[in-house]
Amino acid sequence: MQYRWNWNVLFVEPYFGWLLAGVTWTLLVAGAAWIVALAIGCAVGVLSTLPSRICRAIASAYVDVFRNIPLLLQLFLWYFVLPELLPAGFGLWVKRDLPMPEYWFSVAGLGCFTAARIAEQVRAGIESIGVGQRMAAAAMGFTTAQTYRYILLPLAARNVLPPLTSEALNIIKNSSLALTIGVLELTGQSRQIEANTFQGIEALTAATIIYVMLTLCVIVGMRVVERRVAIPGTLGRG
Amino acid sequence: MRNLDWSAVVHAWPFLWQGLQTSFVLVALAMAGGILLGTMIAIVRLSASRPIAVVAAGYVNGLRSVPLIMVIFWFYLLVPLFIGRPVGAFTSALIAFTLFEAAYYSEIMRAGINGISRGQMAAALAIGMSRMQAYRYVVLPQALRRMTPILLTQSIALFQDSSLVYVIGLHDFMTSVGIVANREARLIEFYLFAALVYFAICFSASRVVKRLQRRMAAA
Repeated sequence: MQYRWNWNVLFVEPYFGWLLAGVTWTLLVAGAAWIVALAIGCAVGVLSTLPSRICRAIASAYVDVFRNIPLLLQLFLWYFVLPELLPAGFGLWVKRDLPMPEYWFSVAGLGCFTAARIAEQVRAGIESIGVGQRMAAAAMGFTTAQTYRYILLPLAARNVLPPLTSEALNIIKNSSLALTIGVLELTGQSRQIEANTFQGIEALTAATIIYVMLTLCVIVGMRVVERRVAIPGTLGRG
Repeated sequence: MRNLDWSAVVHAWPFLWQGLQTSFVLVALAMAGGILLGTMIAIVRLSASRPIAVVAAGYVNGLRSVPLIMVIFWFYLLVPLFIGRPVGAFTSALIAFTLFEAAYYSEIMRAGINGISRGQMAAALAIGMSRMQAYRYVVLPQALRRMTPILLTQSIALFQDSSLVYVIGLHDFMTSVGIVANREARLIEFYLFAALVYFAICFSASRVVKRLQRRMAAA
């Protein structure tokens, strides 16, 4: 294996600054997309458990569409296709005057994609509460809105916490796809360092270690939860 | 909004179909290799000596905390360095996907094995089977059967993720669509068409999995 090692390249300017900028953009994309995903995901998740047939149909259509198209293609659809399909004036504004379109479209794309997954978790969280609570609330004269506000959502939020942690992990990792439409986040920056210095292994190692640090805490947390919910009497080390 | 012209898509279909076949081959091979390797990792984590189990756990958690794109870049860079000569994008992508998905499949198999009651293993050992025999003839057949729907769901995700080979320019379906879309300057038609194809494949596959799941629950 012929390779000229040079770890110093990671700690000299401008490359160190590029890595820092990469981490910043990764967190900016993932953070903003997380807010979008939580908002839409919770709304769609609640819709899918409502008594109304139309609400449930809308929710399941949303989940089907956003879960069955690859995220990469969804980003391309947001970035290349959507501006063309918008009404003329708005489309022109998006193409000409919107600052950093690649950032906003990757936030929207990543957010809507993750929302579909969160919606499924929220639905499962609400459904796992069981129909008894819902009936009891109805018997006490709660409206549907009150049932959700005071009974179902507080219980569901606790159920949904573990899967949400893992979705937070996913959104950090998936934010790397933003590089395909031109956001220079962590992966993109490490590729740029590789292209400029030919020190590919060092650049990728740096980015990998940063990703691992970002996500390791979450995985460790998950392990603790997993151990606490293991069913006794199975082969699991409960 | 300009007029859409779908004739370019029809015209390019033979090229796109080749790309789709590449995607299918890549996914099928990565799935087979990933499930095999993943099962071995799961067994190692559950019954090997402590140091080896820790290494296996480190492998799984390490790969699961890195974005797939990163892994694809890694192997695109490393495989030729190790082998000493350039290998195609397909080989390095296949290795990357197999090793990456093995981490996810192993978590599924571990859950499957964990779900088998302790008594099964104890009974197999009591009638004189070795640990390996117990896995081979008693635990794994049940775990595989029980986990089939989840393994398939993961494989649908793998099919969607295979579009990421776009970043190393392997001519799968996604890359082919991108190439023709830019050449014909018909991004809208080609990307919408690609979305439709991916949707049709993944949606019908997930419906099949759902039906399988219901049938298994009823049985």
